[in-house]
Amino acid sequence: MNIDFVKLFQLIVSSALINNFVFTMFLGLCIFFGVSKKMETAVGMSITFTMVMVVSAALSWVVYQFIMIPLQLTFLKIIIFIGIVAAFVQSADTIMKKVSPTMYYKLGVYLALITTNCIIIAVPLKNAGEHYNFFESMAFALGSGIGFGLALIIMASIREKLEVADVPRPFRGLPISFILAGLIALAFTGFSGLITL
Amino acid sequence: MTTEAKAHELIVSVSPHVRGQETVARIMWTVNLSLLPAFIMSLYYFGPLAAFVTGLCILSAVLAEHIYQTSLKKKSTIGDGSAFLTGFLLGLNLPPSVPFYIPIIGSVIAIVITKLLFGGLGYNVFNPALIGRAFLLISFPKLMTVWSEPTAQFIAMDAKTTATPLGILKEEGLSKLIEIFGDKTDLYMSLLMGNRAGSLGETSVIALLIGAALLLYRGYITWHIPFSFVATVGVMAWAFGGQGGLFTGDPLIHLLSGGLILGAFFMATDYVTCPSIRKGQIIFGIGCGAITMMIRLKGGFPEGVMFAILLMNCFAPLIDRGVKSKKFGAVKEQKK
Repeated sequence: MNIDFVKLFQLIVSSALINNFVFTMFLGLCIFFGVSKKMETAVGMSITFTMVMVVSAALSWVVYQFIMIPLQLTFLKIIIFIGIVAAFVQSADTIMKKVSPTMYYKLGVYLALITTNCIIIAVPLKNAGEHYNFFESMAFALGSGIGFGLALIIMASIREKLEVADVPRPFRGLPISFILAGLIALAFTGFSGLITL
Repeated sequence: MTTEAKAHELIVSVSPHVRGQETVARIMWTVNLSLLPAFIMSLYYFGPLAAFVTGLCILSAVLAEHIYQTSLKKKSTIGDGSAFLTGFLLGLNLPPSVPFYIPIIGSVIAIVITKLLFGGLGYNVFNPALIGRAFLLISFPKLMTVWSEPTAQFIAMDAKTTATPLGILKEEGLSKLIEIFGDKTDLYMSLLMGNRAGSLGETSVIALLIGAALLLYRGYITWHIPFSFVATVGVMAWAFGGQGGLFTGDPLIHLLSGGLILGAFFMATDYVTCPSIRKGQIIFGIGCGAITMMIRLKGGFPEGVMFAILLMNCFAPLIDRGVKSKKFGAVKEQKK
């Protein structure tokens, strides 16, 4: 398998910034708004999220290429990918609890949330749809994870600042965060067309 | 109380006891004043339309702020000049021949959504005028990119349309640009004076620099953001902007065209939306410059200053966190 490093780099940058899942496709908003209240949780979530994303994309890729395509089961990909992600997250949760309780108390709380995230399922589906090879799907998963982490951290840093702002009462909390996310998305349109794959 | 008793009254108050003359209103009106040369040049090149567009922007911005605040039974803050400034900047950022509803929509978005909903002046995350313009550019891409050709002497009513220098540079290359303007010196001179198509206030570099000099002299802006911004654009244009490989680009064209000077001196330096620590401001400026050149050279838009500043606005709180100075004598907290 030949590795095209330029394309891998482009994939990472494009999925992290230019086609950022949160700001251009509006996926994964539940976690995005739920966890971005404080910087500490945002950082923890970003790390966990990126790790889970890469591993589950790898598992899904293997299953898709070596089981689903030979058996002509590709029409079942949504259900199977959901199963893979859920099984992986649950087993990671259990293993972590046993092996490294400190890490479990730091990152474990986020794992349950991640299971039902839309980006986690969107990445394997996109990998399958675009026929990425293994390294490309890894790059895409890594970039998406970084992009989501970046979005979370930006959002958390701004929302911590907004805590002291005199926001009109009906807009406090979630509503102003939605407006804020819209404005950040407006700024992110500037990246459009930067890399065309 | 008799006057005698009043004279001996002891006034006890908390610090500070010595106050400067600067107020928010004073700074805002000075910034407005410093934009006047650019506005006059836009009148000269684009005629009465410039006054119409800019005036409408200012009027709707001020009215939007007043109506919002009075209807919420708050104190109206239109006197401090910040709404006026937002409208003024938005007006100077619009093309000359936009229909009348564009400035109104832009101003309302800028004032109400970007500024007042976040708690008013001092709490806005983004530069209001730039959000107004970005919103308009995304919503009305056709109307917002009709550039008219400048015709000197205050008369243009119905001008020919043409492309901006950066648009030509992106579509057809440098040689075409030089061909249109005569030779290279003519090109630089027209860019410097503002005799080119573009947004109302961004064209005349020299007028903008006069205004910027006033702000720098009064100490209302510092050199950190504008200079790191402009320098980064220059270096990147020189390094990556040429056709013949690295370090063959022409930095001057990129420095003089587009909204760089207006953006770097008047909009990136907005107190509220940039980092407040000097080291952070330099990072902010470099980031703005790098994103600007990335968009100009590789992106889907010919001009990137607006998006660069908006993107760096998102990162400003993060930068401020990152460059926070250590407390003197503080010991790093032990990990539990």
